[in-house]
Amino acid sequence: MSQAPLLSLQQIGKTFSNGTVALQGMNMDIEQGSFVSLLGPSGCGKSTVLKIIAGLGNLTTGRVNWPDSKVDNHGRPDHEISFVFQEPTLMQWATVFENVWLPLRLKGMSRQAAKDQVNEALDMVGLSEFPASYPRELSGGMKMRVSIARALVTRPKLLLMDEPFAALDEITRFKLNNDLLHLWERFNWTVIFVTHSVFESAYLSSRIVVMAARPGRVVGDIDVDAPYPRDDDFRTSSAYNDYCREASEALHAAMQAGDHL
Amino acid sequence: MSTTAHNPDQGNVVPMDPVEMHKAKIARREKIGRWLLPIIVVVLTIYAWDRFVVLNEIPHYIIPKPGRVLEALIADWSLLIGSLGITLMITFSALTIAIIGGVGIAVIFAQSKWIEMSFFPYAVIMQVTPIIVIAPLIFIYVDSKFAGLLICAWIVAFFPILSNTTLGLNSADHNLRDMMKLYGASRWQTLRYLRLPAALPYFLGGLKIAGGLALIGAIVAEFVAGTGGVGSGLAFRILEASYRLNIPRMFAAIILISVSGVLIFMFMTFLSWLFLHKWHESAIKRDL
Repeated sequence: MSQAPLLSLQQIGKTFSNGTVALQGMNMDIEQGSFVSLLGPSGCGKSTVLKIIAGLGNLTTGRVNWPDSKVDNHGRPDHEISFVFQEPTLMQWATVFENVWLPLRLKGMSRQAAKDQVNEALDMVGLSEFPASYPRELSGGMKMRVSIARALVTRPKLLLMDEPFAALDEITRFKLNNDLLHLWERFNWTVIFVTHSVFESAYLSSRIVVMAARPGRVVGDIDVDAPYPRDDDFRTSSAYNDYCREASEALHAAMQAGDHL
Repeated sequence: MSTTAHNPDQGNVVPMDPVEMHKAKIARREKIGRWLLPIIVVVLTIYAWDRFVVLNEIPHYIIPKPGRVLEALIADWSLLIGSLGITLMITFSALTIAIIGGVGIAVIFAQSKWIEMSFFPYAVIMQVTPIIVIAPLIFIYVDSKFAGLLICAWIVAFFPILSNTTLGLNSADHNLRDMMKLYGASRWQTLRYLRLPAALPYFLGGLKIAGGLALIGAIVAEFVAGTGGVGSGLAFRILEASYRLNIPRMFAAIILISVSGVLIFMFMTFLSWLFLHKWHESAIKRDL
């Protein structure tokens, strides 16, 4: 268990140009292969954390360490990181295949060379029948699946998800939750999953990090020790209820802490 | 009332409920109306024009009857069609350069806010200064009449393409831009895979405006240049005919210009449809 964490946030702080303090002195280690949910009220900087880890935002203070990976001179690790946004964020003018091909295309892979990998990714999310469809022809859940396939196609070590299922109906969300868990168990990625849903975080994650707003910071850290694979039986178990209550209370405390400031 | 209707998609008789019948009826009516109404209105207008001229006994050298215009169109066809060819050649050459220049400059603008801030005012100045006052200067500085005409038409046509394409290039989804960055896309890759396709609907919108403007620019420049002899465009034919009080020929030339403008617009609309119908909201049929 003494394996080095995949990444380690050290005293990171972020102040936007309008003076808003999004994050202040935040420390967090993310273990290899864990499924970590960042849970918190809106405005607590959970999405900002993801963007900083992805290397998409500049830090005001602190640093992101990757103890086990080589980093380039921008401080980015040499392995693949993928990002799933809250919106499907697809290229409307491109087919499903072309959307999923994009990350490989940017690495110079031709359509032919990328074909097997793209089809495999589409297969994983259950969209192998739709490579030639355009995004507008798909339902909200299917669009999100394309977005996930695009994130998986590079075989990432770290998957960052920013409230990916928040805009979906509950039935679709449950289905995608289960599919995501199956894929995670199969491929052993590390997942950081931003959500504002207590239930979703308790169902999916091995660890819930609770954040408070103004300024964004960590106020709670809950280990969810329930074994995987989890399924709909877990959703109705008393253990799940206990985790939900614990997370809910931590979130409640976080919201009060945020209101004081 | 029959409760069945012929369904063209399946080629057999299927039962339809009254709501569906009603919808189908409306759709059919709209489809016919879209073509029939404009034709009826045009025919009525021409008839009214004819009656107006005949009943008021207006002489043909002031307002000719439609029939006389048609006669002029047929009689002067070879003369007019040659001039139309020249005008259209200038229009399309100018449009082509406007597309290359407009998109090219938009791409340069999109690379740097500073370049855009520095040079966009020039584009605006070129657009807001009426071409009719710049044209005489251009013909003083440029020896070749053809080049002068081309420059005038280009100045008019290029702004909508530049301004729309610039807007389009900057309108690419920010999350997609982040994603490009995450995957280490180069500037060129971001342009090619994200920003240019995202700008396409905007560009095509600009092209629709620029097509008509290029024609107007070419005609206005011809008026100023007053090109004589061989190689004269339609504007010169109109000027010439007006000096000779050949009013029917003026009408015929104007009709040719309008028809060309309409055809250019229809072609651009078709082009938009061709590129966008598969994915863009503007070109998708809504099923309500």
